[in-house]
Amino acid sequence: MEKYFAREVDVIVIGGGHAGCEAALASARLGLKTIMFAINLDSIAMLACNPSIGGSSKGHLVREVDALGGEMGKNIDKTFIQTKMLNTGKGPAVYSLRAQADKHRYAAEMKKTCENTENLTIRQSEVTEIIVEDKTVKGVVTSSGAIYNAKAVVLATGTFLRSRCLFGETIIESGPNGFMAASKLSESLKENGIKLFRFKTGTPARVDRRTVDFSKMQIQHGDENIVPFSFTNIGKDLEREQVPCYLSYTTPKTHEIIRENLHRSPLYAGVIEGVGPRYCPSIEDKVVRFADKERHQLFMEPEAENTNEMYVQGISTSLPEEVQIQIYRSIIGLENVEIMRSAYAIEYDCIDATQLKLSLEFKEIKGLFGAGQFNGSSGYEEAAAQGIIAGINAAAYIKNTEPLILKRSDAYIGVLIDDLVTKGSNEPYRMMTSRAEYRLLLRQDNADERLTEKGYKIGLISEERYKDYLLKQELIKEEMERVSKIIVTPTEHTNEVLRQYGSTEIKTGMKLYDLIKRPELDYFKLAPLDLERPELRSDITEQVNIKIKYEGYIVQQQNQVEQFKKLENKLLPTDFDYSEIKGLRLEAIQKLNKIKPLSIGHASRITGISPADITVLLIFLEQNKGKF
Amino acid sequence: MSVLKDDTIAAISTAMGSGGIGIIRISGNLSLSIADKIFKSNKKPSLSESHRVLYGHIIDPENDIVIDEVLLTVMRAPKTYTTEDVVEINCHGGIQPLNKILEIVVNNGARLAEPGEFTKRAFLNGRIDLTQAEAVIDIINSKTDAARQTAVNQLSGKLNKKIKDIRSKVLDIIAGIEAGIDYPDEISDTGIYSSAEKECTEILEEIEKLLKTSDTGKIIRDGVKAVILGKPNVGKSSLLNTFLDEERAIVTNIPGTTRDTVEEFINIGGVPVKIIDTAGIRDTDNDVEKIGVEKSKAYAKKADLILMMLDSSRELDSEDIEILNFIKDKKSIIVINKIDLEKKINTDYIKEYTKDSVTVEVSVNEGLGMDRLYDAITSLLKSGEVNLENDIIISNVRHKNALLNAKNAIIKTLETISLSMPVDFISMDLQIALSSLGEITGENVDGEIIDRIFTKFCLGK
Repeated sequence: MEKYFAREVDVIVIGGGHAGCEAALASARLGLKTIMFAINLDSIAMLACNPSIGGSSKGHLVREVDALGGEMGKNIDKTFIQTKMLNTGKGPAVYSLRAQADKHRYAAEMKKTCENTENLTIRQSEVTEIIVEDKTVKGVVTSSGAIYNAKAVVLATGTFLRSRCLFGETIIESGPNGFMAASKLSESLKENGIKLFRFKTGTPARVDRRTVDFSKMQIQHGDENIVPFSFTNIGKDLEREQVPCYLSYTTPKTHEIIRENLHRSPLYAGVIEGVGPRYCPSIEDKVVRFADKERHQLFMEPEAENTNEMYVQGISTSLPEEVQIQIYRSIIGLENVEIMRSAYAIEYDCIDATQLKLSLEFKEIKGLFGAGQFNGSSGYEEAAAQGIIAGINAAAYIKNTEPLILKRSDAYIGVLIDDLVTKGSNEPYRMMTSRAEYRLLLRQDNADERLTEKGYKIGLISEERYKDYLLKQELIKEEMERVSKIIVTPTEHTNEVLRQYGSTEIKTGMKLYDLIKRPELDYFKLAPLDLERPELRSDITEQVNIKIKYEGYIVQQQNQVEQFKKLENKLLPTDFDYSEIKGLRLEAIQKLNKIKPLSIGHASRITGISPADITVLLIFLEQNKGKF
Repeated sequence: MSVLKDDTIAAISTAMGSGGIGIIRISGNLSLSIADKIFKSNKKPSLSESHRVLYGHIIDPENDIVIDEVLLTVMRAPKTYTTEDVVEINCHGGIQPLNKILEIVVNNGARLAEPGEFTKRAFLNGRIDLTQAEAVIDIINSKTDAARQTAVNQLSGKLNKKIKDIRSKVLDIIAGIEAGIDYPDEISDTGIYSSAEKECTEILEEIEKLLKTSDTGKIIRDGVKAVILGKPNVGKSSLLNTFLDEERAIVTNIPGTTRDTVEEFINIGGVPVKIIDTAGIRDTDNDVEKIGVEKSKAYAKKADLILMMLDSSRELDSEDIEILNFIKDKKSIIVINKIDLEKKINTDYIKEYTKDSVTVEVSVNEGLGMDRLYDAITSLLKSGEVNLENDIIISNVRHKNALLNAKNAIIKTLETISLSMPVDFISMDLQIALSSLGEITGENVDGEIIDRIFTKFCLGK
């Protein structure tokens, strides 16, 4: 095909999903001429699977993206139709915000934002090649032969790369939701030495709400008190009519149908080559692996306000269409259901993320970055988190400034990226709270405290927002100081308040600060004993309460972080051949040469690196003090 | 990964025995604050200048009881052996004060040092000449590698299994909590407090049982329990000292359960042997013989291996025969000492009388026949005729430290539960227990919780 020169930009983003949008917006907002390619502009910010944003640990990611100056939090705040704070009884570290999104409006609002961002161009085209010269990315070529030159390229292809969808024996070479797949780019990536994996994931059917008997299901409402995702919003401003979801269950009949048709599942028939995630099992997986379970639960979630389509959370399957119909109709309340879109499994190419640096740039190709599902993760929020980092670092690469690398002690984003690029993943990687070592410090409520400063320095947080943030921190500090000076006297009134919450009465004066720490009490319950208390915003009082109440645990984790940082600060050279170090085992040499860890701490997290190897590295560093 | 820790460590750094003075060394950033807590003097160690010796008393801060009169040396970083803050306590030698003080130091924030750990720190902190580095790499490398394997291989199969069982219980509780956190819609955590409390109480009991097998504050290895029997002046102490002089002593000794015996650990053919020297069994009143024989029998009963010493230069008397008679069905070696002197003993009679026992003739003082004695002991041990004690025993300082940490974490968990703190805190406490136990079995926490969640629970959209 005849090629032609189309245009020269600073940054090219391949893919318009959740990673692509954040990457493109970040780079454009940092002043770089950016172009974002999507295979179909109607797929921009598509919620291809569940119609919700957030949830356990994912909600944390959204707030972190927001604190850095990203878009996801603002976008879901505009378009949610139900919102809920999960895990509220389980400790402040694991409070998690989740919202049901209006899928159509979510995508439309994000597209609108992208379209109206200065320096950002959106283009519908399939990118078929990346251009690499001297181990440096130079641009891309599209299927129509157009050459786009750029200084940096972000790969955010999601599940579009050489993807195929499986409905039992029926296999369609397409991307998600019937969109065209990107079939040629994989070849170009391989030619440039990039190692590809094949992963799979799946999605349940969408059904017609008019054919669902909700009277047989349990209704699930959202919270009345709205907590926004974005730190720029206030809950009161976001109040709206919320739409409920419904809970139902499978029946023994469902399980029988599945068992009878298991041979027709591409997974069990061995047709699927890709590795699927354990946390997103198909219903056939659940029935096989947990054979003694009598029923499985599922949720009916509206896809959007302006449609009758409902998402059946919990029943993803790759069984053939006619079996799907039987399965769905065996579920309580779905006896007469009409499927509007069938469930399917999708296989796609992604990379072994150990080829990336912590900045998400490829180790072997300068200026080429990867983000999102392309890196082997799963989930909208994981994608957005990587997207904003890739966008920021593509800009840093061009401006020749330090990349943004968040530590495991800074953010879930840091945990996510460190896990991906250090350990790699043999299944699509999902964020989970138990992956974060310091989660009491990485709360969703303090993401602003952890990251706004960084976002401001990078240039994604406006002066005005930064000032608001500083004011908030100041008010928190002042209030904590004020509380720390208050002594509660053992009056009858005091003890009456204490008795009310089943708390031991006091006989001598006691610090209010210490009373707040009692498990059965908190800052809010003790308001009657604190008459001078100023009127403060709820996000401020919430911080005061958590910081006082859990001080002991917080300090304990801060100490752990100090230990952790000592090792993170022992830097290792990245352009170094580890076979030169005497005393390292062969396996260690290979692993270290592959990952090129930044620090001793980073090295210690590589699978297969032993404490003995770390000792050898410490000695090596000591011997060569000042050389690196 | 203990090489990466920079916590505060402590150990007895003088050879054990009944020397005049013993030294306990503490290194790390808590050294001075620990010293402040346990040392009574007119000057606080933390306020002292560096490289100064202070006079005072070590007290147990729990009850203010004075343990010993000591000289305490304060050496501040970086001009110390390890380049960290170092405190050395010179106390009266002897096993009891040294061990007691070490125990107090550990209870107040230090961790028992692993063998060679001071030197390792000195090295890693750049204190030791770097030209020595290359040679040391191999040593440290093999040492830590061996230590890592120790954690897995050298553990008795039983201990390993026991710890794994305990750990798996901890993991189950965590997985239950974490699954509920990550999948709040799908996993209900009702009843989690009472079940976690029950589980933790059981786990705590099991850990405490294990810890009881190691004596507080001491590096202990246990193995074959051997006893040296014989009359006064037959050469029991000399034999023990010879064993020790041959540098087969393992690290330390501990006082026996009664005041008049000393237990020493020696390593024969790679098998740890705890030798009880009954040197203390001697006359305090007129009824010498009686006490000697009865006590000897009592020790013989408890021992896995008996070394019965006889004096070649004296004829057998009635008590010798009584003891020989008592031990003839037990695993024993008859050690006939002082063969350099004129022989008066009837060895044929002995051999005839105790036909199941090996008889070895030696002169401990002249060093004659000692190889034969070692061989005799080794072959008895190797042949499996001597059974190691059946109990699961914590015999390694690393394991002990890890178990102590696990125990504290479980106690903390129970506190958290009793305070009805949110489940996240229960999980946080338990994860410390989990990683501590993992240090013993070599199991890695990485990804493990998540694996367990998905094995146990059916989750996901």
